[in-house]
Amino acid sequence: MLTIHNLHAGIEGKEILNGINLEIKPGEVHAIMGPNGSGKSTLASVLAGRKDFEVTEGSVEFFGKDLLGMPPEKRAGEGLFLAFQYPVEIPGLSTTNFIKTAVNEIRKYRGEEPMDALAFLKLMKEQMAMMDIDQSLLSRSLNEGFSGGEKKRNEIFQMAMLKPKLAILDETDSGLDIDAIRIVANGVNKLRSKDNAVLVVTHYQRLLDYIIPDFVHVLYNGRIVRSGSKKLALELEEKGYDFIKNEIDVSEEVNQ
Amino acid sequence: MNTIEYFKERFDLLQSVHKDSGLDIIRQKAFNTFNKMGIPTTRHEEWKYTRISGLFNKEYQFPVTQTATSLSQKDLDAVRLPGHEQASELFFINGLFSFPLSVVRSEALVVMPLEEAAKNEYKDIVSKNFGHSSNYLKDGINALNTAFVQGAVFIHVKKGQIPEHPIYIYNITDARSGNILSQPRSLMHISENAQVQIVETYTTIGLEESFTNQVMEIIVEKDARVEYYKIQNDASHTNQVSTTHIRQVGKSYTHTVTISLDGGIVRNNLNVVLDAEYCEAHLYGLYFQQGQSHIDNHTVVDNVKPNCFSNELYKGIIDDNATGVFNGKIFVQPQAQKTNAYQSNKNVLLSDTASVNSKPQLEIFANDVKCSHGCTVGRLNEEGLFYLQSRGISEKIARSLLLHAFAVDILEHIKPEPIRKYVDKLISERLEFDIT
Repeated sequence: MLTIHNLHAGIEGKEILNGINLEIKPGEVHAIMGPNGSGKSTLASVLAGRKDFEVTEGSVEFFGKDLLGMPPEKRAGEGLFLAFQYPVEIPGLSTTNFIKTAVNEIRKYRGEEPMDALAFLKLMKEQMAMMDIDQSLLSRSLNEGFSGGEKKRNEIFQMAMLKPKLAILDETDSGLDIDAIRIVANGVNKLRSKDNAVLVVTHYQRLLDYIIPDFVHVLYNGRIVRSGSKKLALELEEKGYDFIKNEIDVSEEVNQ
Repeated sequence: MNTIEYFKERFDLLQSVHKDSGLDIIRQKAFNTFNKMGIPTTRHEEWKYTRISGLFNKEYQFPVTQTATSLSQKDLDAVRLPGHEQASELFFINGLFSFPLSVVRSEALVVMPLEEAAKNEYKDIVSKNFGHSSNYLKDGINALNTAFVQGAVFIHVKKGQIPEHPIYIYNITDARSGNILSQPRSLMHISENAQVQIVETYTTIGLEESFTNQVMEIIVEKDARVEYYKIQNDASHTNQVSTTHIRQVGKSYTHTVTISLDGGIVRNNLNVVLDAEYCEAHLYGLYFQQGQSHIDNHTVVDNVKPNCFSNELYKGIIDDNATGVFNGKIFVQPQAQKTNAYQSNKNVLLSDTASVNSKPQLEIFANDVKCSHGCTVGRLNEEGLFYLQSRGISEKIARSLLLHAFAVDILEHIKPEPIRKYVDKLISERLEFDIT
């Protein structure tokens, strides 16, 4: 589904990603962990097509297509979704109108007819109930005045509405209490199938108690320095990132 | 013939035709003022960014007497606003009020020629209030309107009464056979404990140029409530200076929304004089300009008496080579303690050649007041754009959604639903995306 090959990217001439290699297949859940500043969010942003970052080397293929050559909306049309670490507040744009536009734009991209109003409303209500979102949120402006938890639930709600093939969750657990994490994780799990995949970007292990990963990768200094099973996440939680840092820094000294 | 000579000729004609209107002395005084001041140039502080002198190098037809209109029913219908079936509809044609076309659909309203009101039971109201705007607009343009006052209208909302539907005022310029100068003039009196909604539009029919120099003065008595909506969407070969002068002489509430979407040079003067304690005034504006158009909103909130509240929010979107000006003055007079006055102007520039000059001006002479002002000029929110695009929305539609969202803040203050929907539709058409 997603093949990242030797990806280098940075911002204003400063390199942040230093050759990422990653392969995600349908049905898999991957977690990317790493200390602050390791490049986790940069990777998520580059995949979704944020303009601020410049890709200097490498390639990303999504179902065999060159992902990096597409504008963000085409990536979404192809089935990629990024749950934002900091969802943007847009006063004056109602959540309903926003979602309706997004759903129909993606359908248009895929050559489908716009959803009829009743079916849309029904789907929306179902997904809202799943995410424990109050109906009043829909007539409110997008994310405006939402609490941290409401914003993150709204992200997963959008994901449920758009049904992506690959969902990237960028620090979705940050700032959430345990109940909210459970709701968010539950929403993600319900959307899992053999055809889609999830990439969880997180600093802490706790979200992975609820969204069980098949693979855990540790990102450090813009590279994946270790990959393993979910046990790796537990190990990190126990020992902290320092043990990885020390290991890597030592081995790099040796190599030099 | 130069402009001043031309106006002199028209003025002499007008004075000879309308001798006994009771307004001829007022006209003479104003014409003297006009002669002295002339057309404001950009050297005039209040006209620094808006150049209108060039408009007077053209020849205009300038009707000084009422003639039957040659506009067809179809022409008029094209101008009508949604909800017109119930509204009281008032028509100005080429600056002169048209009684044959106008329809008053409420018992709460009295509409008559200003000349008449100046002589009958309303004469005290007229003499006390007519021309009050000249205290605030010390330039030849305001004087020019007064110098030619004729075919003006007096509108009175009866004490304690509320017309069920709004008053629609259509300012139509018939520029099919030549450049036209229109100078509509009206005086509105909102009696004690009365309420009214007023909606005003400007339309030029025909391809020749038009210049509209309008003055409307509104007096608001105790416990009255006024909503005033100005919608400017005339063609780019039309220009206007539109003055709305509101004077709240008793504890009262006013709410104005000025929507400017098109036109060549558009200058709005909105004055709100809070001349009684505990008055409340809300001033909203939205300008969305493109092409070569120029929009200038000059507002004045004058706190004359203590304990008044005013809130002002103007938002602008400027595209192409268009230019915008916002000049917001707040005066707090020495006796106007406990004034609360807020002002904000926010602008989005959509092109490298668009520009805006924003100038908040607070002149506070009292010491126990709360006043604030702020202005921003920026580009469209890039983070918001990426957020929408990441959900599959094309950049073009994402831009439209964000601009519409920016405008909603003002649109939601248009209370009559048919008008709000109408303006929303105009904006959606401009954005080439209908969110509904």
